[in-house]
Amino acid sequence: MAEYETVIGLEVHAQLTTKSKLFCGCSIEFGAPPNTHVCPVCLGLPGSLPVVNAGAVERAMRAALALGCTVREHSVFARKNYFYPDLAKNYQISQYELPLNENGRLVVEVEGTTREVIIQRIHLEEDAAKNIHGAGSGESTLVDYNRAGTALMEIVSGPDLRSSSEAEEYLKRLREILMCLGVNDGNLEEGSFRCDANVSIRPVGQKKLGTRCELKNINSFRFVRKAIDYEVARQITVVSGGGTIRQETRTWNETQGKTLPMRSKEEAMDYRYFPDPDLPALAVTPEAIEAARAALPELPEAKRARYLAELGLTAADASVLTGHPEIARYFEASVAALLARANKLTRDAAGKRVANFVQSEVLRYAKADGLRVELPVTSDHVAELLALVESGEISGKQAKSVLADVMASGKSPAKVVAEQGLSQVSDTAAIEAAAREVLAANAPNVALYKAGKTNVMGFFVGQVMKAMKGAGNPRLVNEVLQKLLSEAP
Amino acid sequence: MRDAAGMAVTELAAAIASGELSAVEVTRATLARIAARDGVTHAYLHVDSEGALQAAAQVDRARAQGEKLGVLAGVPIGIKDCMCTRGLPTTCASKILEGYVPPYDAHVVERVRAAGGVIVGKLNMDEFAMGSSNENSAYGTARNPWDSARTPGGSSGGAAAATAEGLAGATLGSDTGGSVRQPASYCGVTAIKPTYGRVSRYGLIAFASSLDQVGPIARNVRDAARMLGVIAGHDPRDATSVTRPVDDYEAECGKDVRGLRVGVVKGATDRGCDPAVVEAFARTQKQLTALGCELVEVELPHQEHALAVYYIIAPAEASSNLARFDGMRYGLRVNGDDLRDTYARTRGAGFGPEVKRRIMLGTYALSAGYYDAFYLKAQKVRTLIKRDFTQAFSRCDVLITPTAPTAAFKFGEKSGDPMSMYMQDIFTLPPSLAGIPAVSVPCGLSPDGLPIGLQICAPELEEKRLVRIGHAFETAIAWNHRPPRFS
Ligand SMILES: [Zn+2]
Repeated sequence: MAEYETVIGLEVHAQLTTKSKLFCGCSIEFGAPPNTHVCPVCLGLPGSLPVVNAGAVERAMRAALALGCTVREHSVFARKNYFYPDLAKNYQISQYELPLNENGRLVVEVEGTTREVIIQRIHLEEDAAKNIHGAGSGESTLVDYNRAGTALMEIVSGPDLRSSSEAEEYLKRLREILMCLGVNDGNLEEGSFRCDANVSIRPVGQKKLGTRCELKNINSFRFVRKAIDYEVARQITVVSGGGTIRQETRTWNETQGKTLPMRSKEEAMDYRYFPDPDLPALAVTPEAIEAARAALPELPEAKRARYLAELGLTAADASVLTGHPEIARYFEASVAALLARANKLTRDAAGKRVANFVQSEVLRYAKADGLRVELPVTSDHVAELLALVESGEISGKQAKSVLADVMASGKSPAKVVAEQGLSQVSDTAAIEAAAREVLAANAPNVALYKAGKTNVMGFFVGQVMKAMKGAGNPRLVNEVLQKLLSEAP
Repeated sequence: MRDAAGMAVTELAAAIASGELSAVEVTRATLARIAARDGVTHAYLHVDSEGALQAAAQVDRARAQGEKLGVLAGVPIGIKDCMCTRGLPTTCASKILEGYVPPYDAHVVERVRAAGGVIVGKLNMDEFAMGSSNENSAYGTARNPWDSARTPGGSSGGAAAATAEGLAGATLGSDTGGSVRQPASYCGVTAIKPTYGRVSRYGLIAFASSLDQVGPIARNVRDAARMLGVIAGHDPRDATSVTRPVDDYEAECGKDVRGLRVGVVKGATDRGCDPAVVEAFARTQKQLTALGCELVEVELPHQEHALAVYYIIAPAEASSNLARFDGMRYGLRVNGDDLRDTYARTRGAGFGPEVKRRIMLGTYALSAGYYDAFYLKAQKVRTLIKRDFTQAFSRCDVLITPTAPTAAFKFGEKSGDPMSMYMQDIFTLPPSLAGIPAVSVPCGLSPDGLPIGLQICAPELEEKRLVRIGHAFETAIAWNHRPPRFS
């Protein structure tokens, strides 16, 4: 049997984080009552006209520059004509010839192999409304135009991906970049980051691309993998059985775990694209492009490299902490605050300590909602807490319970420690007094110790700590006990 | 009391401002005249007596309280039925929009209201502004006040007829390929097609978006200038709206035109013009010379392609613009077996034959495999037509042609032959395609006693020149002809 190579190209529709729609002033708030965020423009009422949202153009441009695209100074909006009730005007305003951005790249790495994926184009377009089938009397379809006209950018990759894991990795990296730029909230559940995949196979070594099928309805990373894997296996079965692949659009059916045909190429519509006469060519000045380029933030990949080089993180830690822009910001703010409080710490050590604590303790309680992350405590409190551990005032174990109290009360860690008397006693006199009492009360064990059974030391430490209600600095308690035991006759 | 129907907009506004006339009595007189005459003329599709009287009463109250009145305060204005009027039916003379009441006012309607204009009603037209005779109205054709057996022209036939017969002080029409100029020419009134972008299209129901412009129709040039001043200006809701400040058009009335270079297109009247039109056009040239204008012969070599270019671009845009009329959200719905069937039945029943013809033409022109040969090529030729004008205007200040090759024709004369109907627009199409302003002013009567129009074109945003020369010409020929039944 011949060996086949998988070829995948992805089309991502990412909703832009503008407050209003692409061509009117209506809000894009998710979950509002149906048809409350509508106006003559997004309802396509007779006589209404579109006006481009400058914020959407700026965001798409930001994404394009981060992905190394060229921004076109004059791009053109076109009408894509087809009839469907979710399209108020029965055409969608999109960009066809002359899109805003072209020719970028994104490098992804899977199991040590890197793959350069070409970003063919990033263009602006308006979203359709939402059809709610089987609503009302059951037979009918209702249309909610709240989503109609929402600003999307379509990011089209070349047929450069070679496996479903590469596809998944590409989507994760892309989503992370868009979120880092603040142009997309990465919310897959609410559909603000959607993906279609073009999948084909060809015998290994063949240059010519095989016939592709377009997969729709794969709106989670898990579905992307499953749908592509299923589709590749299906195509291999067809071809190895002597059959040929029909160019068609297929939809992923999660219940059946299959891709099912939607429409063939012959049934494909002629969209009769033409430049929208209501919208003059979209002009972007070279100055605006350069200003946007200069204002690009540090991207996740650069952040990861810096965390590895400067903050002593492992690749895995860096990956988690750069996965969401708010968490990266939080992590860096915590490190900076910790360094300010504990000036003996190296950056490397501070980075490690914060990374460990944030990942193991803080993130467990974090709630992410799109670009917002609700974190249980402030970065200042994280730093304060870790500084208390660093100075020896509380133990690492105590830090966890203090965190819980800070979360519950909102008080600062220092205040919680003070109020609960948790501060470790580092006063040698107090420790010595307690230790003397313990040794005096346990003469037989002292004798055992002297006879060489040094493992009773653990018992003494436990007793001293108990006497001090856990507040003794364990290191000092150990030192004091050893000193007293060596002195004792 | 003076007869409001015979008064110019500027006179009416002055008489109302001075208290000589009240806005309510002017409105009542206009409504009475509509009631008496519009049974024959059928210029109006909808008369809003109540709304008009309320608006008029508001003007009278404002005056009584000493408030500053707008330049159209109390003047009865008719609006072509393709411009959205809040709370008033807006149908584009199509069955598909029967009973449709927009929730908002078009930009031009807002402007008219803000200037104190009293909106009397909505005016008849060819369905979706597609036609040159008003015979394509789904609600019965408007008639020419000069001869009710003849067309008032189209597509703004109702607007021109209402203006000519004194059923409004002035009206707003829309012009895509000649739709205010040709009916103005047939009805013996004045109409200005502004520079593309000078007047916002927001709320004008689109026919061909890259050509549509709202334009005033009035009984004299000064009135048209005043109306243009009211509706022109930037509107952020229309991305094609021009930002340049609006000139004082009315101030051009009475200015000297001596030394103005008037371009006459070589062989302009060679193709299919009636002898009466040829003669009137020749007489016009003499009159302009007498006024001190200098006549210059110019060439527009690509003009002959204008008709073909227009009948690709306009239907292409229309096929997409009219897609929204599908029975899902508003207007007519004819339920079918399924979604596709409902679309087909609704559109089949809702659109008239000419609209269907143009939707099919346009759909074809944009189809895969034909786009380059038709739409793209038409756009290229359009650029050449535009360049012809730019070159011509390096040699002249304005350019003249007849407005239409004939005077008003009889109903049914051309309705069986779309091509001969389309030929009515050969003079008005090139300026539309070039996006430049043009005015039609009456320049005489045919031997049958029918008005003939003169079209004057100017470079982009030079509407001032149109007003200056139009007014000088109108004054020189002492145009004050009214339809026979006028008084
Ligand atoms: Zn809206």
